[in-house]
Amino acid sequence: MRYKRVAAVAMMASLALSAAACGKEGNPTPSGGNASGGAQSDTCKSSGVTFTPKTDANVAGSPTFQKIKSAGKVTIGVKFDQPNLGYKDAQGNRCGFDVEIAQYVASTLGVDPAKIEYKEIASANRETAIKGGEIDYYVGTYSITDKRKNDVSFAGPYFVAGQDLLVRKDESSITGKDTLKGKKVCSATGSTPIQRVRDEGLTEPNNIVEFKTYSECVSQLLDKKVDAVTTDDAILKGYAAQNSDELKVVGQPFSTEKYGIGLPKDDKAFRDYVNDQIEAAFKDGTWQKIYDGTLGKSGSSATPPQLERY
Amino acid sequence: MGDFFRVLTDNHQVFLDGFTNTVQLFLIAAVGSLVLGTLLGAMRVSPVPALRAFGATYVNVVRNTPLTLVFAFLVFAVPKLDVNIDYFPSAFIALTVYTSAFVCEVVRSGVNTVATGQAEAARALGMTFGQVLTLIVLPQALRAMVPPMMSVFIAMLKNTTIAAGFSVLEAGAIPAYMAERGEPQMVVLSWIVIGFLILIIPLVVLQRFLERKWAVAR
Repeated sequence: MRYKRVAAVAMMASLALSAAACGKEGNPTPSGGNASGGAQSDTCKSSGVTFTPKTDANVAGSPTFQKIKSAGKVTIGVKFDQPNLGYKDAQGNRCGFDVEIAQYVASTLGVDPAKIEYKEIASANRETAIKGGEIDYYVGTYSITDKRKNDVSFAGPYFVAGQDLLVRKDESSITGKDTLKGKKVCSATGSTPIQRVRDEGLTEPNNIVEFKTYSECVSQLLDKKVDAVTTDDAILKGYAAQNSDELKVVGQPFSTEKYGIGLPKDDKAFRDYVNDQIEAAFKDGTWQKIYDGTLGKSGSSATPPQLERY
Repeated sequence: MGDFFRVLTDNHQVFLDGFTNTVQLFLIAAVGSLVLGTLLGAMRVSPVPALRAFGATYVNVVRNTPLTLVFAFLVFAVPKLDVNIDYFPSAFIALTVYTSAFVCEVVRSGVNTVATGQAEAARALGMTFGQVLTLIVLPQALRAMVPPMMSVFIAMLKNTTIAAGFSVLEAGAIPAYMAERGEPQMVVLSWIVIGFLILIIPLVVLQRFLERKWAVAR
């Protein structure tokens, strides 16, 4: 009897404890932790550019366009966890540079941006999703490489990124890739940027920190457990724009990543059309407006890149 | 088939580093959780109510918490309290804290297999609690504990892969590296399965050995 009572008390205590632990842990911080209460918003803000669908859009001889036209909607693969780049907020709104580029392209195809169906496709599954027709095109930090061109086509580049470093605002000792010795450097597990840091010996192996997502790295950076986060500057600028009081991008890129729009392979008519539309956005200032309203909020400027048609 | 062996030979350093860390993490956490778990198990069967309550609370809290959450707590929540634990020690602590709860229950159920008369007889001879436990009960309980204990440790060996999500480069991190290098995932994952089988076989052999060594005719 006495034992039973003890057991009951212990049970209740443990329940209370685990509930408390849950309250602490379950608090979602998708934006990478609100370490010192820095001003940052989790809600989506568009750059303010409105995309009106083209009424007379037509791409002769393109199966992809035919598919979009007969469906009356377009299915786009995007990222959802990169602030100001490809992001989905708690209310389900999407925003960011890549998202708006995707919306712009949709409008030039005659599709109302409200009729876009977004699909969140992880990096490793992009080729499969495009090849299988699951999505019509993909916009999400998709680097153009010759290897990928065996499976898909690319329009663009619409942005040229490079591996850079995100540091705390008061950091003065990290000024570029050669100043990382003895510093803890974080990036996504097994990603190309962190493999480069490892292979080039930019810092000691036990100073390399790897998490599944960049937001976890940013959280560690804000908590001073790491000194720098490294990946493409486009992604880093997104976080810097979100935490502009606490973080900054060093601005010394040490690689070149050309972001393209992933398209079904061998639909040259579609690729040429999308390239024409991107070029038009470069020329009429739409691209600049989108950039300034999203990644540009990080404080660093950018200009449209050179298209590479093939 | 050529691809199958090429994946391993081309990336042998990543595989080697990964599995070395897995083994290290496993060995350290195995010792840690064996010590802590046995201690907790002793508490749960002790005559002191406060100790029993503590043991029961620990088991019920920790055993009902997902391991990922224990890791996340150490890596993301603890730094907010200005306590800085490095990533490898964090992984070791998380695994030890978590596995101890299971080891504790194995110890307790092992103790329960020993007939009450044994402990009563020992007490009648004037032995202390410590003596009863170490001289009479545990030696008999060990026999019953071997198979479930090995299951707990095999589960822990596989649980080490969670550390990959918390900045410990072990076997669980290999697929991410290989995906980025464009290696076929089917082959990569097959090699990791083979790697774990190789690691688990010695544990199974050890279990057989201990079972035979402590076997008695009943």
